[in-house]
Amino acid sequence: MTPAEPTRTAPAHTEPTRTEQATAGHVERLWAAVCDRDEHTAAEVVTGAAAAGLAPESVLLDVIAAVQRRVGQEWADNRITVAQEHAATAINERALAALALTAPTPAPTLGTITVACVDGEWHALPARLLAEVLRLRGFRVDYLGAQVPAPHLITHLHRTGPDAVALSSSIATRLPSAHATITACQAAGTPVIAGGAAFGPDGRYARLLGADAWAPDARAAADRLARSPLNRPAGGHQPIDDLPHLADQEYTMVSRTSGQLVKAMLSGLEETIPAMRSYTEAQREYTAQDLAHIVDYLGTALYVDDADLFTGFLTWTAGILTARSVPARFLVPALDLLAAELRDFPRSTALLTAGRSALPARDVPGDHDR
Amino acid sequence: MVLDGNGALLAANEVATLLVPPGDTVPDWLATASAADGRVHGDIGGRGFEAHPVPHGDDDSVTWWLVEDTDTRLAIEALRVERERTALLSEVSSALLASLNLDRCMDVTARLAAEHLADAAVVIAPAARHRYPAVLCVRDGDPVRTRLRVHPEDVPGLAEALQGFPPVPSRWIDPASTPDWLRPDGFGEIGSVVVTPLPGLGVAAGALVLLRRAGQPAFDEGEEVFARLFAARAGAAMSAARMFAQQNSITETLMRELLPPTLHQVGGVEFAGRYRAAQDTERIGGDFYDVHPTADDDESLAVLGDVCGKGLEAAVLTGKIRNTLHALLPMSGDHLRVLNRLNDTLVNPHSTRFATMVLASVRREGAGVRLRLTCAGHPPPFIVRADGQVEEVASRGNLVGVMPRIEATSTTVTLAPGETCLLFTDGITEAHGGPLGGELFGEDRLRRVLADCAGMPADAIVEHVQMLAAQWIGDRPHDDMAVVAITAPRGSHLTAVGGHGPGRYTA
Repeated sequence: MTPAEPTRTAPAHTEPTRTEQATAGHVERLWAAVCDRDEHTAAEVVTGAAAAGLAPESVLLDVIAAVQRRVGQEWADNRITVAQEHAATAINERALAALALTAPTPAPTLGTITVACVDGEWHALPARLLAEVLRLRGFRVDYLGAQVPAPHLITHLHRTGPDAVALSSSIATRLPSAHATITACQAAGTPVIAGGAAFGPDGRYARLLGADAWAPDARAAADRLARSPLNRPAGGHQPIDDLPHLADQEYTMVSRTSGQLVKAMLSGLEETIPAMRSYTEAQREYTAQDLAHIVDYLGTALYVDDADLFTGFLTWTAGILTARSVPARFLVPALDLLAAELRDFPRSTALLTAGRSALPARDVPGDHDR
Repeated sequence: MVLDGNGALLAANEVATLLVPPGDTVPDWLATASAADGRVHGDIGGRGFEAHPVPHGDDDSVTWWLVEDTDTRLAIEALRVERERTALLSEVSSALLASLNLDRCMDVTARLAAEHLADAAVVIAPAARHRYPAVLCVRDGDPVRTRLRVHPEDVPGLAEALQGFPPVPSRWIDPASTPDWLRPDGFGEIGSVVVTPLPGLGVAAGALVLLRRAGQPAFDEGEEVFARLFAARAGAAMSAARMFAQQNSITETLMRELLPPTLHQVGGVEFAGRYRAAQDTERIGGDFYDVHPTADDDESLAVLGDVCGKGLEAAVLTGKIRNTLHALLPMSGDHLRVLNRLNDTLVNPHSTRFATMVLASVRREGAGVRLRLTCAGHPPPFIVRADGQVEEVASRGNLVGVMPRIEATSTTVTLAPGETCLLFTDGITEAHGGPLGGELFGEDRLRRVLADCAGMPADAIVEHVQMLAAQWIGDRPHDDMAVVAITAPRGSHLTAVGGHGPGRYTA
């Protein structure tokens, strides 16, 4: 929505506002059904919205996707657990399936698109939404779902010969996998359009990793693919050409030794923060997972050679931990310990220094409750 | 020869006189050349020469020494053409080898041929069900796929080219006799047509028809040789793609029976299953699950198991076990009998094939679900109660395929709405990894995970468990992992449906 222009004198209640109000109503009802885990009502809300005249694409992207964003936000704000997020997503996905069954799909007149998630990506709903939008626009779609190992995808490409692959990834740490998948698809002669939060808000990582196109959302992706087919990739491309900095092997080293690095950080933290010594097994494991995330993101930042990816993750984590009433004060000492482990690696050291200065200083070490 | 400042011939030695006989004019390129520009090239009497200037100091006149370079220039020109063709062939190869998809290979062949060899190209593959898959492409246009219902005998050489026998060279055909189906729309008058076989990898890959418009030069010998090289590459790529498609369709057909089924509601009970094979290149392995509705209308039999071994061989064994269990369905009221019959088929002095499994007879009772569970050497399932309590099912028994008789105890469990019974294979609990690396996922961790899953729908639980196990493993190797959730649905609308005949609630 654009802010109202002050010079305009038209009354506030214009046509779009009514549609928007109706859409907001559908969103609220679907949200309630999803929270109640009531798949029957959820299906009724979306099919009802379509029956009431809302375009199926709008039901998908302005109702179902809106509710899904809210599910993600609720998790980030610690109002629901990961398991509840999964349950809510499952209900939302069933509502989508109900809509897909009832909405009339035009006979495919445009090209064939394979929609898949990167290996290790479990957030399938954005890809599923895109698949349905593309179907509505007149594409023939092969939807492969979440967690697609690259060998399956490539076999599928050889078997079916689609015009493009739409590759979805929401988690930045899957970027190295995404790169491997993009280059594999291109080597099989198929161009790739990338989408999802992992590729950055401006799609910078999609460009960096050599994707043939990038779209900020499902609508834009469908628009792009409908405008003209993506060019077939030229042969002879070497993945290392995209990322010459990988020659220093820092990424390989950090990702291979991730377990040892986490161990070193964990035992170092136990010395620095005395309260950690009395952690329960579960608390210790949560902390180990947080530390493993730091190492994962450091590795990914090394892979794409972008400090923003690492600092962005750290400030986000600090926010999430605060939402979970966990003091984020272990972050700075953790970074210091990691920096000590990686002192011989110049790019890692620079990233960790940048990460440390992005975090507000924490002075008093104390409890890390869960 | 010596030329004055205006390019007029002043003197010539004997050899130069042969080139420019007295009375002839000096060619323009030499007459207008300036000594200051150094060496110049040009033709005299159809031969190429390089002229080296020696300016005379005293006036504008210049002595030009002529050296013939016809052969050198022909060689350089031939080298350029060869280099271009090599570069083109390498481009052709990489474009053709990129895809193992036959349609794509034919598109690429037609497009490249129209771009580099002719004004238009038609690629025709051997017939499938009396139709010839074909791709037409006009230069600078997009390839167009069709399926031709034609008689290739109408075009001289085409039938032989498509058959790959008898061996035929490229054939010139009379442009006037070219059938309409070989003429691209709006192509205009055809000047020359040549039919080239596409030799494959021991099998005929098809034929390539090249068309040039009237007014364009016909194909010369060099171009024909090049067209044959092109055809050899295109043919190899097309027959590789065809073989891949054949192998793939065989694999797909055989695999379809071995793939884990998609589970849904049966008899008013939610079922969901998820499978991850040990090898990322495979979709099947040694774990399996099934849910069968039984003749006794409201009861269904769910099975989850794990056979010894990995990969395709193990998958084939799961197929046998799944079929046998399906056939034993009429006796599913007695789990021990089912297991013993299955055991009889597996116990064999010549091989050590064994399996572990859980049988669950599932029946909707009111709003809840009643389960009769029997474990045969398999990790006992977990029950996730509505309040988040996680209980282990107390059934034990021997594995199948080792001992002559199976001993096992069955247990009965009742699920209230929203409660789940989770069946899993040891690929989950024995997953190695975690934040520190090398740690077991373990049953305790699985219990903790399930405690958070109270009241969740079946598909959300299996996805949640598989996701956490996958994240635990990371990029490390792992075993086959299978999970099945049997859930008593929450909410009243399902009770309204429950009760009469299996067809009504199978989604």
